Amino acid sequence: MSIDQIIPALPEIFVACMIMALLMLGVFQKGALADQDVKSFRLISGLSVGVLGLTILLVVMLADRQLMAFNNMFVVDGFATYAKVLVLIASGCAIVLSAGYMERNGVARFEYAVLVVFATLGMMMMISANDLISLYMGLEMQSLSLYVIASFQRDDQRSTEAGLKYFVLGALASGMLLYGASMVYGFSGTTNFSVLADLLKGGTPSVGLVVGIVFVVAGLAFKVSAVPFHMWTPDVYEGAPTPVTAFFAVAPKIAALALFTRVMMEPFGEAADSWRQVIIFISVASMILGAVAAVAQKNIKRLMAYSSIGHVGYALIGLCVANETGVRGILVYLAIYLVMNVGAFACILCMKRGDRMVEQISDLAGMSKTHPTIAFAFLVFMFSMAGVPPLAGFFAKLYIFWAAVDAGLMAVAIIGVLTSVIGAFYYLRIVRVMYFEDAEDPLDAGVSRELKILIGVTAFIICFFFIQPNLILEPAAAAAKALLAG
Amino acid sequence: MIEILAVFLPLVGAALAGVIVFMPQADKHKQHKMDTLAQWITCTGLVLSAICAIILFKDVALDGNARVTELFTWIDSGSLEVSWALRVDQLTSVMMIVVTGVSAMVHIYSCGYMHHDKSIPRFMSYLSLFTYFMLMLITSDNLVQLFFGWEGVGLASYLLIGFWYDRPSANSAAIKAFVVNRVGDFGFALGIFATFMLFDTVNLDTIFEAVPGKADATLNVFGGEFHALTVCCLLLFVGAMGKSAQLGLHTWLPDAMEGPTPVSALIHAATMVTAGIFMVARLSPMFEYSEVALTVVTIVGASTCIFAATIGCVQNDIKRVIAYSTCSQLGYMFFACGVSAYSAGIFHLMTHGFFKALLFLGAGSVIHAMSDEQDMRKMGGIWKHIKVTYILMWIGSLALAGIPPFAGFYSKDIVLEAAWGAHTGVGQYAFWLGITAAFLTAFYSWRLLIMTFHGTPRADETTMAHVHESPMVMVLPLVVLAAGACLAGVLAYDLMVGHHMAEFWGKSIVVLEHHKAMENAHHVPLWVKLLPLVVGVAGIAMAYVFYMFAPGIPGAIAARFQGIYQFLLNKWYFDELYDKVFVKPSFYLGRNLWKTGDGTLIDGLGPDGVSAAVKNIARRASALQTGYLYHYAFAMLAGIVVLVTWYLLTKAG
Repeated sequence: MSIDQIIPALPEIFVACMIMALLMLGVFQKGALADQDVKSFRLISGLSVGVLGLTILLVVMLADRQLMAFNNMFVVDGFATYAKVLVLIASGCAIVLSAGYMERNGVARFEYAVLVVFATLGMMMMISANDLISLYMGLEMQSLSLYVIASFQRDDQRSTEAGLKYFVLGALASGMLLYGASMVYGFSGTTNFSVLADLLKGGTPSVGLVVGIVFVVAGLAFKVSAVPFHMWTPDVYEGAPTPVTAFFAVAPKIAALALFTRVMMEPFGEAADSWRQVIIFISVASMILGAVAAVAQKNIKRLMAYSSIGHVGYALIGLCVANETGVRGILVYLAIYLVMNVGAFACILCMKRGDRMVEQISDLAGMSKTHPTIAFAFLVFMFSMAGVPPLAGFFAKLYIFWAAVDAGLMAVAIIGVLTSVIGAFYYLRIVRVMYFEDAEDPLDAGVSRELKILIGVTAFIICFFFIQPNLILEPAAAAAKALLAG
Repeated sequence: MIEILAVFLPLVGAALAGVIVFMPQADKHKQHKMDTLAQWITCTGLVLSAICAIILFKDVALDGNARVTELFTWIDSGSLEVSWALRVDQLTSVMMIVVTGVSAMVHIYSCGYMHHDKSIPRFMSYLSLFTYFMLMLITSDNLVQLFFGWEGVGLASYLLIGFWYDRPSANSAAIKAFVVNRVGDFGFALGIFATFMLFDTVNLDTIFEAVPGKADATLNVFGGEFHALTVCCLLLFVGAMGKSAQLGLHTWLPDAMEGPTPVSALIHAATMVTAGIFMVARLSPMFEYSEVALTVVTIVGASTCIFAATIGCVQNDIKRVIAYSTCSQLGYMFFACGVSAYSAGIFHLMTHGFFKALLFLGAGSVIHAMSDEQDMRKMGGIWKHIKVTYILMWIGSLALAGIPPFAGFYSKDIVLEAAWGAHTGVGQYAFWLGITAAFLTAFYSWRLLIMTFHGTPRADETTMAHVHESPMVMVLPLVVLAAGACLAGVLAYDLMVGHHMAEFWGKSIVVLEHHKAMENAHHVPLWVKLLPLVVGVAGIAMAYVFYMFAPGIPGAIAARFQGIYQFLLNKWYFDELYDKVFVKPSFYLGRNLWKTGDGTLIDGLGPDGVSAAVKNIARRASALQTGYLYHYAFAMLAGIVVLVTWYLLTKAG
């Protein structure tokens, strides 16, 4: 194996090496004192963010053309680059978000950052997978790290319960995925995406193959928490420590959706007419459940869980369309979804009272008076998620619905618009609580600097996206083109 | 250039005063300074504008330099080309004198009258804004710009009637004025559409040139063929009826007296309400070709004239009496136009502008002296205390009653003579109603004078002790207007309605050969000439008998003819009728649509129904979320079974 054969995987190799280095650093720096723990947590967190930043540079440097490695099991193209950059940013933000929370809750252990980077490595592998085997490898690497992170606050009952639930159901989903993969292999004789694509080019796929595809879809739908494989989401989101929820809501979602898109478009793209109805069902069900079930929620993290289910439903519309505009819509949606969610979770992390985190929606009452700036930013994120123009969330939905209407999927687009109207109800309810209800017991004042910066930057992007939409639109269009060309 | 100054100076004044409105001062002294500044700005603007108007009058009317100044293109879409242009001809220049002259006087008067008010800059700004819109209206070169000015004065009128917005009565009066005018404006807008349909242009000159060619054109309305010009003219006249408070659409004018008195003088007596007459005169080339339209104008005008005069005789609010008087005088102007005596109508418009503004401002001075009392039954015996106002009110009333040599004598006579001179049935109708109205006019004018100034004081002690002459700033404008009321008639008679009037008006007023009312007006029998004067004097005499020498008579008559008295006192029950026919059903309909249509049906099935359904589903969806791992795993497996089965049934099967 010559050296230029592994160049496409250079960012992943770099991350893997750095994880080892960080782990060693953390282990040997750790002292006996409790406060030493916090120090190493801070150090490793900072270094991890630095590593992720450097990785973005590496990824971008490899961006110019399609490269294959490891006997075509690993691919780097414009699509992978775009998705990886989003995932890396999301992971970086998640680490930054966690700083204050972890220290306050006595779980400031450096392994957290290392695990996040580990999960990120898995996600990068998923995004670049060009074979069902490498896909599974990346997926499991990510999932195993996530199971641990979910129960990171291990002396907290809810956190451990969340981790366990996630693990058991995740294992079930992985089983489905593997079963589907084996069926695909059985009916086609290959696991490689490129070969599968060539096979499917001529004639209709066999029934067994499509059943296999449906099982793979089920496994992937679990990862993106689409209905009916979403049941774990509210419980895990509620149980896991809030920064972990924030991480779950963005990075793995983006990676899994990117993977989902690649799998459906590349190897099975030719069979789109066979699987489209399945995706339409999943998408519509997710939109409806995400909009309706959230209405009854009182816990803001559960609400965000349903919100993310709904958002996945919208993004999947792009997959139903199964063409270049659709994929572009997904990619734009993911980018804006990332920014909105990081901002919203940063706001949620500001909710503490008497130095303890609170997470009921009613706790937000009077926030407009005690934290006017944060409340306004939260309002911006909520309006954006509800799809109020001219905020970015509106455009995210616009491009998706546009693609659906162009492709003649009028019914899906109409359901999407209706559910986003229903969804607006619970987003606006948060605004109402913040602005029109008086607090009996106001939230604590001080907000850490990192959170302020994150909220400021994300709110700025959401507000002013419409001035220069091409900054996201053009890379997304290029990535979509790259995926369909390959 | 000078016309641009004349038109836009008031706008500049309004804008500057408007800026001052938004700079309230906490300090009382400073606020007073700002108020004074706003007064100076707007008054200076108006006085300069009035001077410009006088220069223009000499240039345009006396030297015959009618012209159109094009400012810039407004709309250019297909065959619809509309420009902002200032058209200054003889008709416009006469109107400009009235508008800027009265407006300048009212501005100055307001400095004194509104002295104690809290929002002086706002008031001055509105007044100037009104003047600008009125000038835009009279200088418009096309129907669309005319409509712009028309709506603009409507807006200013609405703002000024409701100036004291903390009074519910003022608000409802403002809304009433606006809504009633909407009816008229709807007709006006339809008229513009019809005209555009017929002539393919809204430019006045182009229309006037094309009118003779379209004299026999027909227009299809609701499936019937109608004389096209008649349709246009009648629709446009509906607009004129609304703005000029003619019978049927007059109900807003008496209520508009809720506004400050200077507003009543400027807008609801001298200028805005005459816009309808101006419009008919301006469009004389169109109206001339439609006998039907002219007949309608005459009948409506004459009917309004008598109708309002009868009501004026029994009202007790000093401003309402003058308001009905205005309504009645507007009727004179309309029937003058209706018999093709446009010049007589405009002549009366001008003289009326002066003496009616004088009367209103004089009434304002009285109200000011009586500590804001408007009911004449609570006045009386104050002539010794406010002699100047008393004399000025006499001059105004003499002019209104048509006593020589005051202005009203000349203009009212020529209007009545023209009606006689028309030698038509409707002309006779107008003449005789006009004569009767002249008698009533004189009667109620002196009823007002006697009740207000003479007899024993009926106000309480404190009010009487406080009765005082108004300050110079209020009296001076009155004197200027009084000079107008004395001299405007005698000076302008030869020019505007004399034998050489055709030279004076030039092309601005068109009268067809066979409409000889104006020509015949100069050759009527002597008794026709004298009759208005005779009935005027008789009216005055009767008022003296009734209210000074035998004050028991009015009460006895009112008791004897209770029905008629109540009928007049309640203004012919127009308000009650409209309330029953339009307002109540509208409220009923609106309430039903709101409660049943919107509330029960749309909200019930729409927002409320959907939200209830959503909540219901949300509860059930949350109930599914049990927290048990095996339920979740089961849901996943069930999901995959459903998906695969569905696929196999639809695609593979």
